[in-house]
Amino acid sequence: MLQRSVFWSALAGRAVQAVVVAVVVGIISFAMMQALPGDSAYRIAAGRYGYDMMDAASADQVRTELGLDQPVVVQLVSWLGSLAQFDLGKSSVSGSPIAEELKTQMGYSLLLAGAGLLVSLLIAIPVGIMAGLKPGGWFDRFSLAASIFFRAIPAFAIGVVLMLGFAVHTKLLPVAGFKGPEYLVLPALTLGLGLAAVSSRVIRDAVSEAMSAEWRLFSRTKGLSSKLTLSRHVLRNAALPVVAYVGVQLAFLIEGVVIIESVFAWPGIGHALVHAIFGRDVPMVQGTALALGLMYVVLNLIVDLTCHGIDPRRSKTA
Amino acid sequence: MSNQAILATLPVERRFPIWRVLGIVLLLFLAVCAVMGPDLIGVDPFKQSLMHTLQSPSAEHWLGTDHLGRDMLARLLSGAQLSLSLAALSVLTAAIPGTILGIVAAWRGGWTERGLTLFADAVLALPGLLLVLMLAAISPGSWWALYVGLSLTLWVEYFRYTRQRARVVLSEPSVESSRLLGFGPMHVVRRHLIPEIGPGLLTIAAFGAATAVTAVAALGFVSVGIRPPTAEWGVMMTQLLPYWREAPFLIFQPVICLVITVLALHLSVGGRKL
Repeated sequence: MLQRSVFWSALAGRAVQAVVVAVVVGIISFAMMQALPGDSAYRIAAGRYGYDMMDAASADQVRTELGLDQPVVVQLVSWLGSLAQFDLGKSSVSGSPIAEELKTQMGYSLLLAGAGLLVSLLIAIPVGIMAGLKPGGWFDRFSLAASIFFRAIPAFAIGVVLMLGFAVHTKLLPVAGFKGPEYLVLPALTLGLGLAAVSSRVIRDAVSEAMSAEWRLFSRTKGLSSKLTLSRHVLRNAALPVVAYVGVQLAFLIEGVVIIESVFAWPGIGHALVHAIFGRDVPMVQGTALALGLMYVVLNLIVDLTCHGIDPRRSKTA
Repeated sequence: MSNQAILATLPVERRFPIWRVLGIVLLLFLAVCAVMGPDLIGVDPFKQSLMHTLQSPSAEHWLGTDHLGRDMLARLLSGAQLSLSLAALSVLTAAIPGTILGIVAAWRGGWTERGLTLFADAVLALPGLLLVLMLAAISPGSWWALYVGLSLTLWVEYFRYTRQRARVVLSEPSVESSRLLGFGPMHVVRRHLIPEIGPGLLTIAAFGAATAVTAVAALGFVSVGIRPPTAEWGVMMTQLLPYWREAPFLIFQPVICLVITVLALHLSVGGRKL
C-alpha cells in the first residue's frame, strides 16, 4: 500500500518536472528565435523556395501563414502549443524532421552516459572501499588528494589531456568520431574520471560509517568473519547512499555528455545541441535540449525508485 | 557542475588548515594577477606578430607566443581578468538576492515561500550547465548572456540553503526570546541568522565561482560562449589545440590556469561543513 503510493508520488513529481523542462526549453528557444537577426519571414521563405525564388510577396505570405505578424505573446502560446503536441518541427539547416535525428542521437548519448557511469563505478567502488576500510590511512589520503585534483580539472580539460596523451601521441586509441567500440574508450574514461572523483568519496564515507556502526560490531561478536561481515552487512548498507548519490550526479552526467561529446565529436545529442547553437538552428536546439532535459528527468525517476527498492524505510520518513 | 554534489562529499570530520591557507593564498595571487596583471606587463593581448608565431618562452615573451604571435602571458592574464570578474560578478548577483529571498521565504512562509520554491525548482529542473548554455545561446558570444545565465542558475543554491537553515534558526527559542525582548527582524537576521549561515554561504560562493569559471571555459572551448579574438581560456585551448605538435607547452598553459583557479577556489573553503 505504502509502496504503491510512494511509486505514484515519485512519478507525479517527476512528471511535473518534465512539464517544467518542456516549458523552460520552449520559452528559451522561442526567445532564441526572436533574437535571431533579420526578418524570420524572409529567412523561412528563403528556406522554402530557395534564395533565388523568393521575394517580398512570398515572405508576406509566409508571415500571414505562420502568424509571424501576430503579437509576441500569441506567437509564444502557439509555439508552446505545437511543443505540447510533440511537434518538434524540422531542422532549419538540414530540413530533416528533428524527431528522426533525435532517435539515433539518443542511442549514442545513452551509450556514452552508461559507459561513463560504468567506468566511474569501476574506479570509485574499489577506491572507495579501500579508502573507507582504513579512514585516515595512506590510501585514504592519497585518494582524497586525487579526488580533489580530478574535481578541479574540468571534464573537457581531462578530455583534451587524454586525447593528446593516448590518441594523438601514442596512436593507441582513435581521437574522435564513432566507428567502433574502441572509439568509446576515451570519452567514457573522461566522463568516468570526473564522476569517480566525487563518488569515490561518497563510497568511502558510506563504507567507513558502516564499518563503525554498532551492528557491525555485533555481527563480528556473534562470530561472523571479517570478510563475511564486509560482504553481507557493510557493503549492502553502504550501497544506499551510493545509489542515492548517483541521482545527485545525474546533472553532472548530462552536462558532461554535452561537453565531452563536443570534444570528441561523438554523434550524440549533446554534440548536436552545441552544433545547433553554433549554426543558429533553433528547432534543433529546442529538440536536443528537450531530449537532454527529459533524459535527466527519466534517469532521476529511475534513481528515485531504485533507492526506494533498496531501502523502503526512507519512504516513510520522506 | 552540480555544487550540491561536491558539497555532499566534502570531508567533514577533518580540516586541512595548511591546504586552506594554500588555497586562500593562491586565490589572492590570482586575484592580484587578474586585477593588476594586464596593466603591469603592459603588453597588448591582441597584438599579432606573424613573424614570431609559436615561440618558446623567452626574455621578451615570458610564456611564448601563440599561433598568431600574440604574447601568451598577456592573453592568459587578460583571460584571468575575464573569467574571474565574470565569476565574481555572477556569484555576487546570485548570492545577494538568493540569500534575501531565502530569508523572506522562511520568514513569511505561505504562498510567498511556495511561489519562490516553485521558481527555484523550475531552475533546477534542467542541469545547470544546460540552462546556462541555452540562455547564452539567445545572444551568442555576448558577455551579458553568460552573466545573466550564470547568475540565474547560481542563485538557487543560496536560496535553498538559506531557506532551509533559516527555518531552523527562526524557530529556535533564542530567536523567540529576542523578539519578545522587542528586537526587530533586522536584529534577528544580523545577530542570529547571519552568524549561522555565513560560513555555509561562503562555501557555496567558492564552489559557485568555480562552477562559473569552468562553465565559461567549457562554453568557450566548444565555441558557443565567449568568441575569439577575446582572450578567454577555453577559446585559447580550442585555438591552440591544432598546434600541440609544434608547441605542446602552449596548449597546457590555459589548462593549468584553469585547474589552478578551480583548485584554489575549492581549497580556500577547505572541508567546511554545511
